[in-house]
Amino acid sequence: MFNRKLRLGFLVLAVLISLTGCRPLSKNSLTLAGSTAFQPIVEMAASSYNLRHKKTLVNVQGGGSGTGISQVEEGAIDIGNSDVFASEKKGIKASQLKDHQIAVTGITPIVNPKTGVRNVSQKQLIGIFTGKIKNWRYLGGKNLKIIVINRSIGSGTRNNFEKWGLAGHRSMVAQEQSSTGTVCKIVGATPGTISYIAFPYISNKIQPLSINGVKPSKQNVKTNKWKIWAYEHMYTLKKNDKNTRAFLRYMMSNNVQQKIIPKLGYIPVSSMNFKRSENGTLSNSEGGRAKVDGSHTNGS
Amino acid sequence: MMDPIQTDLKKRSAASKSEKRGQCLTFLCIGISVLIIVALIFFITYKGLLLFLQDKVSILSFLSGISWDPNNGNFGALSMLLGSMIVTILAVFLAFPFSFGTAIFISEIKFSRGRNYLRLAIEMLIGIPAVVYGFVGISVVVPLLRVTMGGTGFGLLAGAIILAMMILPTISTLCVDAFKGVPEMYRYTSRALGATQWQTLRRIVLPIAKPRIVTAILFGMSQAFGEAVAIQMVIGNATLIPTHLMSPAATLTSVITIGMGDSVRGSIENDALWSLALLLLLISLLFNLFARFAMRKRN
Repeated sequence: MFNRKLRLGFLVLAVLISLTGCRPLSKNSLTLAGSTAFQPIVEMAASSYNLRHKKTLVNVQGGGSGTGISQVEEGAIDIGNSDVFASEKKGIKASQLKDHQIAVTGITPIVNPKTGVRNVSQKQLIGIFTGKIKNWRYLGGKNLKIIVINRSIGSGTRNNFEKWGLAGHRSMVAQEQSSTGTVCKIVGATPGTISYIAFPYISNKIQPLSINGVKPSKQNVKTNKWKIWAYEHMYTLKKNDKNTRAFLRYMMSNNVQQKIIPKLGYIPVSSMNFKRSENGTLSNSEGGRAKVDGSHTNGS
Repeated sequence: MMDPIQTDLKKRSAASKSEKRGQCLTFLCIGISVLIIVALIFFITYKGLLLFLQDKVSILSFLSGISWDPNNGNFGALSMLLGSMIVTILAVFLAFPFSFGTAIFISEIKFSRGRNYLRLAIEMLIGIPAVVYGFVGISVVVPLLRVTMGGTGFGLLAGAIILAMMILPTISTLCVDAFKGVPEMYRYTSRALGATQWQTLRRIVLPIAKPRIVTAILFGMSQAFGEAVAIQMVIGNATLIPTHLMSPAATLTSVITIGMGDSVRGSIENDALWSLALLLLLISLLFNLFARFAMRKRN
């Protein structure tokens, strides 16, 4: 009896294996992976894209910006999502990749609300994160030790915060958290803490800091008064296929740019007044509208 | 022309054929397991050595360096090595007394009727996923430490408490097995000679069970050393040399888990993470070797 059952089990297993082996690989599947900060937009866009285009299956994965860029370079996925420029990642041949900027997110320093500080100068901000200023008392706040919480090394949010917020200074070694959610929880609960998060995560449990009197708002990002912001990139190989291009066009369509992106707290790239290159050079983006395909070649 | 009885005898019977098939099948299973282990060790060793061979980082500076900043070419793993070791030792110190007591209760104190259920409960603890322990750490242990000890609450102590909870069932069950391994006859003899239960335990059972208890501790340490997800959630992940119990620290595992997604494959930052993995593998193998050694001593 047992033997017969076992044999049946093996048979079923064998059939199943051969079935999966025979399934034709759908040519119309797109795989995206990378930045977790960018993921909510991509997922929402992908699910509405899947509804309209039944023949294409868009599959979105996380993994981090580094994974996204290196996998697209290897050809393992079709689109790599990243919140940093590919050329800022070591070990990537950025010249093989094409950059498509889809959205913009602001990044703001945040503190525990009990700290009593709402505005700092950029110099003071650098002082805090490099460990020169150790108490909130020196900044007009309460007599509380400053506790810095960093995002992990290599995180896009951290890279961009150091680049634009700390003027290229590196943050000192301190606690590191791998997710924005945890950072928000810690800063909300621990007096004296400071960290940095992307705009969509701002809540009333934490206090965003103004820098040099400029408030962290979407409007200030659009006019570049608020300097700490970053593009959400979609990288493809220079030689990409029709399906990939169709999806990228959809990411620049009104449905995504005007509905999905603002709904999730990000800024559509099409509404930016300026275009900023990797090293910070600003150019006008044609009356507040970026080019329709939103892409530009990324020379290394 | 052979006679039919002879052919029948020389022919393999169905039972012996199925025997052969069974042997082949089990051999295949173990072969695959061994293959996987060898491949894994080979792969990690290869990737882990790249940092030293290809990127020319000296092994000495890797093992003794304090600063871990792969983006700027500082590859000192000492703070993580220390973090892993301290948190492991602390966890064993916290967990062992409880495990030991539990094991004695389950295996030696005979009048308790519910001891089988107790053992079941402890074995069930093993099945709880690491993430759940980490979640308990973030939502209970860390806030508790924050309120009582100050600071953020993330740090060595939080990590050690969570790890202690995780290795408690491992050490307990292995200790129970250690006590069960002592023949019942010895206990009867001792009791017949007029020794109390405590005397029997101390003079007879413990000395015999000792090597296996040491093994239990070593397995607990090995588990604590290799734990990644839960510890990463509560230790604070600061690559600093820890100065006191509440200071945030980092372990080899936490740095690997956090760093892998954000580093580019083939880059020097990525190679450095693989070197950490190699270090972790070597130390875990050492733990296993010691455990085996402790077991052999008994025989």
